[in-house]
Amino acid sequence: MRKFKEFIIEKLILLCGLASILFVVLIFLFLLKEGLAVFKTITPFKFILGRSWYPISEPAQLGILPLILGSLVVTIGAAFISIPIGVACAVYIAEVAPLKIKEILKAGIELLAAIPSVVLGFIGMVTLVPWVKNIFHLPTGLTALSGSIILAFMAMPTIVSIAEDALYSVPKTYKEGSLALGATHWQTIYRVMLPAASSGILAAVMLGIGRVIGETMAVMMITGNAALIPHSILQPVRTLTATIAAEMGEAVVGSEHFFALFAIGIVLFVISFAVNVTADLFLHRQRK
Amino acid sequence: MRNTQRTQTIAFFFLFLATLLIVVPVGLIILIIIQKGLPAINWQFLCDIPRQGMRAGGIFPAIVGTLYLVIGAIIFALPIGLLAAIYLSEYAKDNLLTRMIKLAIVNLAGVPSVVYGLFGLALFVVFLKFGASILSGSLTLGIMILPIIITTSREAMESVPYSFREVSLSLGASKWQTIRHVVLPNAIPGILTGTILGLGRAAGETAPILFTVAAFYLPRLPKSIFDQAMALPYHLYVISTQVPNVDEKIRYGTALVLLALVLFMNLVAIIIRYQFRKKKKW
Repeated sequence: MRKFKEFIIEKLILLCGLASILFVVLIFLFLLKEGLAVFKTITPFKFILGRSWYPISEPAQLGILPLILGSLVVTIGAAFISIPIGVACAVYIAEVAPLKIKEILKAGIELLAAIPSVVLGFIGMVTLVPWVKNIFHLPTGLTALSGSIILAFMAMPTIVSIAEDALYSVPKTYKEGSLALGATHWQTIYRVMLPAASSGILAAVMLGIGRVIGETMAVMMITGNAALIPHSILQPVRTLTATIAAEMGEAVVGSEHFFALFAIGIVLFVISFAVNVTADLFLHRQRK
Repeated sequence: MRNTQRTQTIAFFFLFLATLLIVVPVGLIILIIIQKGLPAINWQFLCDIPRQGMRAGGIFPAIVGTLYLVIGAIIFALPIGLLAAIYLSEYAKDNLLTRMIKLAIVNLAGVPSVVYGLFGLALFVVFLKFGASILSGSLTLGIMILPIIITTSREAMESVPYSFREVSLSLGASKWQTIRHVVLPNAIPGILTGTILGLGRAAGETAPILFTVAAFYLPRLPKSIFDQAMALPYHLYVISTQVPNVDEKIRYGTALVLLALVLFMNLVAIIIRYQFRKKKKW
């Protein structure tokens, strides 16, 4: 009887172990199920490279190039801000900060990661957006730049904590060897620690950027949501994620617009899948 | 020699500066929200329904809605996540299947939150016909926090020393008895940390509940799990972008309640982990 009970429990455990695979497959299948329908009316080529997104005009124009470029501009901006600051902060926490301060800083970074994106979006709206408007004398502060700055803050916790782990896992002997040869602490960090941790740091950067591409609420609240091809970072843009979030409420289930939004979801899923698999490969290389 | 020392001083100064650039804004954000939100907080704000098109009254239905969603998500995700963690920590061999499960977890953690929303809409709302309901929203949030629960629980179980298991097995306990009476009790603080972090994440996310449960304006409490509900993060989004002329105090107040809820959970998790590390006997 006990054997039977344990048999059942162990099968249940195996089943739950497989649940993650099941959910990833389910997510992909359901995105495909709803999203592929849009390609009955528009070719994938026209969908991705079409220059205008007017989903409710007659006939609907469903080109997502402006949205892709919108996401790209915001992401590049956020990367420029978050990568240097994030990696520098990781080095400071891992190598320079005294033990007590280190613990406090790590808790602070964790708190930043915990702030809900809608709260960051709200704070961005009431503080950052007016600043950007006044500093650059713009008609509106709802720009790609504002989005980049807020998104940089959402990427930094990821970058800092994973890069710090990577630095921490560099063998102590590397550091000791360099110091014993007479190098200063900074030379050791710069010439030994950073190169040794490079693939982990690269993974950290990729995962941080992945988080930025997928961010929705903050971006929707502060980038202005104009589905136009952006010419500068001081213009309003609309990202892939914000388009789904803003328009799904109005799209009729089973309409062309509905399918197109799911097709955008496929694009996002594929991007995040590629980013995560590559980052995982880098992390594995680091561990070896 | 002096030159290299000076380079080091300058370099460390810049590293410190970068750290300040992250920590100071975080502190400022939290301070601003507390300072401007605190005057709005009173019993009426917390326990009353929204009135006059959300321009007055309280946020009680949104608080209750978020609690329902979070509890629903954890009821779904904790058992599955815990068993999955047991599998990975105690049963999984180093083979292709295990590698795929780990990759799937990494991917689940990386899927954009709005894509979870789409998935919940397609599977729970449309395909399974649950409609926009607490059930659909909870299940969507549950799948979203699964990777957090699995990863932290697994780490907690793997950090239980191997000798503990050997002693139990050598006394004649079966594998499951060993897990049940030796591994799990020693891993509970870690599992608790993961669960609370998952709760915090579920409470703060907006995009996954947009199309699966969130009601724009529903000045009453949900009646069943098939009912729509208001939720704090969505309510904050609505009153800060969709409804004009909302008193700033109400916006900051709502932001403060949401932030306090999420940060409180994270703080509890940090404290549990800290205490546990201090007391650890091995």
